[in-house]
Amino acid sequence: MGINGKAYIVGIYEHPCRAALDKTLPQLHAEIAKGALADAGLSKEDVDGYFCAGDAPGLGPINMIEYMGLNNVRHMDSTETGGSSYIVHVNHAAQAIAAGHCNVALITLAGRPVADAKEGKPVRYYNQQAPDFSFEMPYGPNVTNMYAMCAMRHMHEYGTTSEQLAWIKVAASHHAQYNEHARLRDVVTVEDVVNSPMIADPLHRLDCCVITDGGGGIVMVSPEVAKSLKRTRVKVLGAGEAPKHLAAGQVDLTYSGARWSGPKAFSEAGVTTADIKYASIYDSFTITVLETLEDLGFCKKGEGGKFVSDGNLISGVGKLPFNTDGGGLCNNHPGNRGGMTKVLEAVRQVRGEAHPKVQVRNCDIALAHGTGGLLGSRMGSATVILGNEDA
Amino acid sequence: MSTDQKNKINLVVNSESKPYWEGAAKGQLLIRTCNACGKAHYYPRTICPLCFSEDTAFVEASGNGVIYSYSVTRQAKPPYVIAYVTLDEGVSMLTNIVDCEIDKIHIGQKVRVKFSEAGDGYALPVFTSA
Repeated sequence: MGINGKAYIVGIYEHPCRAALDKTLPQLHAEIAKGALADAGLSKEDVDGYFCAGDAPGLGPINMIEYMGLNNVRHMDSTETGGSSYIVHVNHAAQAIAAGHCNVALITLAGRPVADAKEGKPVRYYNQQAPDFSFEMPYGPNVTNMYAMCAMRHMHEYGTTSEQLAWIKVAASHHAQYNEHARLRDVVTVEDVVNSPMIADPLHRLDCCVITDGGGGIVMVSPEVAKSLKRTRVKVLGAGEAPKHLAAGQVDLTYSGARWSGPKAFSEAGVTTADIKYASIYDSFTITVLETLEDLGFCKKGEGGKFVSDGNLISGVGKLPFNTDGGGLCNNHPGNRGGMTKVLEAVRQVRGEAHPKVQVRNCDIALAHGTGGLLGSRMGSATVILGNEDA
Repeated sequence: MSTDQKNKINLVVNSESKPYWEGAAKGQLLIRTCNACGKAHYYPRTICPLCFSEDTAFVEASGNGVIYSYSVTRQAKPPYVIAYVTLDEGVSMLTNIVDCEIDKIHIGQKVRVKFSEAGDGYALPVFTSA
């Protein structure tokens, strides 16, 4: 059973805070739930499906449903694939709604890494019981150097340059200048990026996303409920999810799981890359965007560097406007998990409610993609394609 | 930036991985191969992740390989080099490149295993220029 046309996004909320020193983690989840339900014109008593991931404290849905006082939940899902979880949740919520397991699904993400660091709380430690732990952690892998090795290999095989990667950040910064909540609002140049300090060769500081607190939420409903609401509804057209890993030692860092999640989403939606007017692409690092665009088929493998150059990702300038909220590179990467905000900006674009300076004209079909975990080892990739009522 | 530092990690040595770490302590790089499909895999598992056979065993690798990719973590003090090295036996492993001039390290460079102390009498396979 496919999900095309079986579920709608009717409510979204992005928490405006970027540092949550005076808020607890469950409180952020509740504020986000309240905001998303208000946007939809629904109440917490309407919610009969709840979705959250590893950022939710305790046993996830159990603790959060209790904390928020969601009294009518009959379907729960705590699928955890890192930062892409919330795009997986959109897929799973659409499946659950299509199967009749729930009619009003709420998805929340919240995080406070900035506040946690200021309060001296220890950095969340990778699970020592993971089978790969002792074969990797002693070598000092961190988020940056594990993505950096992908960039290094991509450069080696395809001649991709730091200047080409920099264009991705430049495009994000052009969009972020119009977002009053964006963590970084200054427009930067290719020179600014390549002259920023080297963090892990070949990635510079400005190739890396921001670290922020906050989060976001999504309300999804059945077609019947959607028609009863006043809010502009956004149709889920198709979705795909896929794991990618080190394949027992046959390591290839030049592609992501988007190679598999993308085609499934396009097939279910019945559209091609040519139909996508706007794309939210997970941007933990510039290289994440470049490999993903290739894997989704927006350009050939190896030609991502050329594709992203010269402003091709800037709204109103290039052929594929991306991350018009400023993305994780400039706006928000709440809880080190960027999948939620990818969906939110895609919804704004289809609604026609993005900032006027970055709104894509006639944005009938949009795509959102997430990469959870590490591009340099194992990841959960997720793609969703959204459209307006006529799509 | 403390998160960029290479922290000392205590190895988790369990029944599945103990021979690997005992081998490393004796200066041997062991990889797991499958007698059913004839292929090596990494990291070592009891059940072959390629064909699901339980007929797997550790064998000593040559210790030779080439750098598949690498990165220098510049903010760490001292900076260190993380890499994937593809062994002559065909599998790639995450590791460090040590005792080399950092700015001359390159993809395709031939490297040879050596072992660094990892606590509790164990040793960690790392690589240096061959």
